[in-house]
Parts: sequence; structure tokens; C-alpha cells
Amino acid sequence: MTMKLTNEEKAMLAGESGPAVQRALQEQISVGEFFGAETFVPVKNVHMMGDIEVMGDAGLAFLKDLVSAQVKCMTPLTTNARCMDFALAEMLGQDSGAVKQEHELIACLREMNAITTDTCINYQSVYQPHFGEHVAWGDTGTVIYANSVFGARSNFESGPAALAAALTGRTPAYGFHLDQHRKGTFVVNVEATLTDLADWGALGKIVGEAHQDYFSVPVFDGIRTSPTSDELKHLGTSLASYGSMGMFHMVGVTPEAPDVETALGGNKPIDILTVRDRDIEAVYAGYDPKDGNCGLVVFSGPQLSLYELKRIAELLDGKRISSDTQLFVTTNKEFKALADDFGYTRNIEDAGGIVMEGVCFYLLQNLSQIREARGWQNLVSNSAKIVNTITAHRFNTILRRTEDCIECALSGRI
Amino acid sequence: MNTGSKSLSLGSIFGPSVEGEAVISTEGFSPRYDLNRWTGEITKPGHKLEGLTITDKILFFPTAKGGVAAGWAFYDILHKGIAPKALVFGKTNPVMVQGAVFAEMTIAAGLSDLPENLFKTGDTVRIDAERKVIELLR
Repeated sequence: MTMKLTNEEKAMLAGESGPAVQRALQEQISVGEFFGAETFVPVKNVHMMGDIEVMGDAGLAFLKDLVSAQVKCMTPLTTNARCMDFALAEMLGQDSGAVKQEHELIACLREMNAITTDTCINYQSVYQPHFGEHVAWGDTGTVIYANSVFGARSNFESGPAALAAALTGRTPAYGFHLDQHRKGTFVVNVEATLTDLADWGALGKIVGEAHQDYFSVPVFDGIRTSPTSDELKHLGTSLASYGSMGMFHMVGVTPEAPDVETALGGNKPIDILTVRDRDIEAVYAGYDPKDGNCGLVVFSGPQLSLYELKRIAELLDGKRISSDTQLFVTTNKEFKALADDFGYTRNIEDAGGIVMEGVCFYLLQNLSQIREARGWQNLVSNSAKIVNTITAHRFNTILRRTEDCIECALSGRI
Repeated sequence: MNTGSKSLSLGSIFGPSVEGEAVISTEGFSPRYDLNRWTGEITKPGHKLEGLTITDKILFFPTAKGGVAAGWAFYDILHKGIAPKALVFGKTNPVMVQGAVFAEMTIAAGLSDLPENLFKTGDTVRIDAERKVIELLR
């Protein structure tokens, strides 16, 4: 399959917009042709993951070369959560060399006209695309939310792919940009009562693990409540984390699912799952708390919304976290500022917790070494995503409902 | 040399033809969640390849797992000298392909058979990008 290019794209490919744009478009063509794309679609909003922990020396050098060549983003580009909160980097024991590099990296991005929002919840704060809008977003949680809840259209765009989209103003039209890949492929009858964010994440784990495929699109039916943005966020990030999924439908909730038949769009479902209360309980029962000590409680992955921050602050109001436990909360810059203003930060800090901004806990630079230095083993969280992603750093993770997490933090026991 | 009595055909491929030692996994893969990106060792506790090093190998995985970090990660591990020669997925996602394209690493997906039916870890295999096949060499 060879992509059909417009005259503008042919000019870019010929180098008329400079070598950086030429390389970016060539990479996009390679990716597009791998997935059978026939054309590009224009994008006006790009969200990119890029920090020193994931980019490394080579990625930073790549950015510096672009800055030297005075390359600028032609489409607004915002950045995902990064690997350090500079105010807390030294306290956590992050590398001073990496701190310096992270400053350099941020300066490079700003020089290239990027907006360093440092958030993985851009959809709850920075930008809400309209129905049918094509975007190029990175961080899988942002993509599944855009596709499913807004009815916008994006594939997972990893760092270099998102940067390429910002340089060329377009992205190859495959996957979720096309109608045929947005149709449901299997049905999930939800009989379980979902009362906490962790329950929504547990549902995502069950469904994601059952169908690990980017092009699997579950259709959730039987949801008896009107879910909040945070509930859909925890479901989506969990589906993306466990199942590599980029889209779901929820009958009566998401815009392309007025009913099961419409959501399936003529597809015969390859599977019909039923998730009951006992299935959700089995998820919680599946974690082994080892010695039962609760060294670490984390509310992160994704960053917390203002409403999540408010709830944690209320649950910790007037309480004191066990001296054997550390509790971290992460959010973005704007919600941190509001949490400061409304006293939520103070509530959490007075209880002994730490509120970090612009980061996600599992992305922290040097996390394995931090874990070893602090002797952390058990990690308790209400995020199904983080209890999955952070295991690469050899934490023993345990998913619990929000109030149970707080109880663990107060007692020091799981 | 066995030229193709055991071979897989490929749906999609990017990158040059390569040959090398196969590592066959029946579990999916993410360079973010499963890999130590300083040593090239798979460190996720309980992963079916835990303890194994990916450097210079041709890696077979049934699926990709979430995480956009792979986009930079392959370029990063390439420059650290610990990259695999190629990645072969039953089902992949855009992140793996974007990351491989950026690092100019061979990547393939869409297999005619399960790789474990034809190859085993330690076999030498060749990915032929022109003919879109993977063959057992020895």
C-alpha cells in the first residue's frame, strides 16, 4: 500500500519545508503504510510524552539538533506528565544530572513552541476536542478518553510520532481515524455495581486482559449509573494499560453508542462477557499483601482531577498517616494551584502526605533506586493502571478502593 | 541450511532484512513495563521471559502492551547499545511501530501461524523484508 499524498505533502517529502519536516513525514508514511493508511488527516491539537527518563541522552540530543536547526511546531503541542517535580527531586533522591537534563529538555521544547503542560489529563483540563475531530495524542489514557468519551479520533501517538504530527500538522489515517475500526468488536454486560474509582479500574483490568488487542473495542452494556469523568478515566486508562485498547463504547453514555447494535456497527461480537460483583471482588482478592506492611500509598496514574483531590483531602482531614507509611498524590499544575487555593493540599500535607505536580508516580526518574533506598515493597493504590505499570520497578502492588487505601495509610497495615 | 521448510508469512513489515537468535514469548511485551532500559533485561516479576536479555535478539511476542513510552524507548536503547535486532508481534499497536520506525529497527506483525509452532528460543531465524517471510536457518 502506497499512501496518496497531496501536493503539500509531496513538497514536504521533497524537503521544501526543511529536513526535520521531511524526516517527520517520511516516518509518518512508514507508519501509515504499515497499517494500510491511504491518506493523511490534518490535526490541530497534538499531545506528546517526552521527558528525560523515557527519552534518554539520545532523545535529548535529537531535540537539541532540532532546536539548533530552529525547527518549530506548526500545530499546538502540549506535553504529558513527566518524570520529576523539581521542588521534590532532591528529597526523593533523583539524579542531579538528570534534573539538569530535564531542565534542558523542557527549554528545548519551549524553544520549539511547545506548551509544557506536563499533564496526562489534558482532556480534563487543557483541551476537549469536538465530536469527530482528528487529534494526535500520546499517553494511552488520553487517547482512549478522546476516542470513547468525546468521539474524537486519535491513535496512540508515541513521543516521536506526536512530534512528527506537530511538525507536519497531520497524521496518517489508519486505526481509530477510520469508521471501520471504531465499531465495537465484543460486548461486556456489566452486572456489577461499581461504587469506587478502583471498581472501574478493576472492570478495565478484567476486560483488557481478556482481549489484549489495540483493535479490540469493547461495548459496555448495562451500566446503571451515569458515570463521572473520573470513573470513565479510570476505566479507560485500565483498558489501555491491560489490553492496549484505544477505544470503548458504553451504551447510553458515549456518543457513538446509543444502543448495542449501533455501537457494533454491523460487527458480530467475537465474545460476550458478563462482569458480576464477584468478578470485581476476585480482582481485589488476587493481590498478595505479603507481610501486610503498607509502606507506600499512591494516588496517581493518571493524575488526579480536582474532584479526586477534594475527596482525598476530605478523607485525610484531621487524620495522621502512619509513621511507617508514605502517601503520594500527583496532579497537574493547574489542579495543584486550585488545590492549594482551596486548602486540599494543606489537608493532605497536614496528614503527612505529599502532593506532587506535573508528574505521574510510575514515570519518576530513578524510581527503582528510590524504591530500594526507601525499602518500599508493598504499594497500595486505587489505580488499576498504576498497579500494573509500576511493577517493572519491582513493587508488590495491591489494588484497593479509595477509602481502603486511606485506611491502609492511617494504620500502616493492609 | 534449511531454506524455508519452516517459515512464517508476514502481514506488515518495516525495516531491512535481518537474521539472528530468536526469543519466543507467549506473553506480550512493553519496553516500559517489562524491561530494564539500562541493562536490556526483562525485569517484570513473573514475566515469562523474566531475567532474559533482549540485546541483538529477534523477539517474538503475541501482543504489544500499553504505554506510549516505547516511541522513545527503542531509540534510547539503540543508542545505549542494548537494542534487539527486530521485533515480531502477532498483534501490535501503533506505539511499537512508531518507535521502531524512529529507531530504524525492523518490526513485523500479522503472522500466518503461531511462532512457537515453528521456532523455539535459541533458533537462528531470518526475516526477509522483500518476501515478507521469517525462515528458520538453524
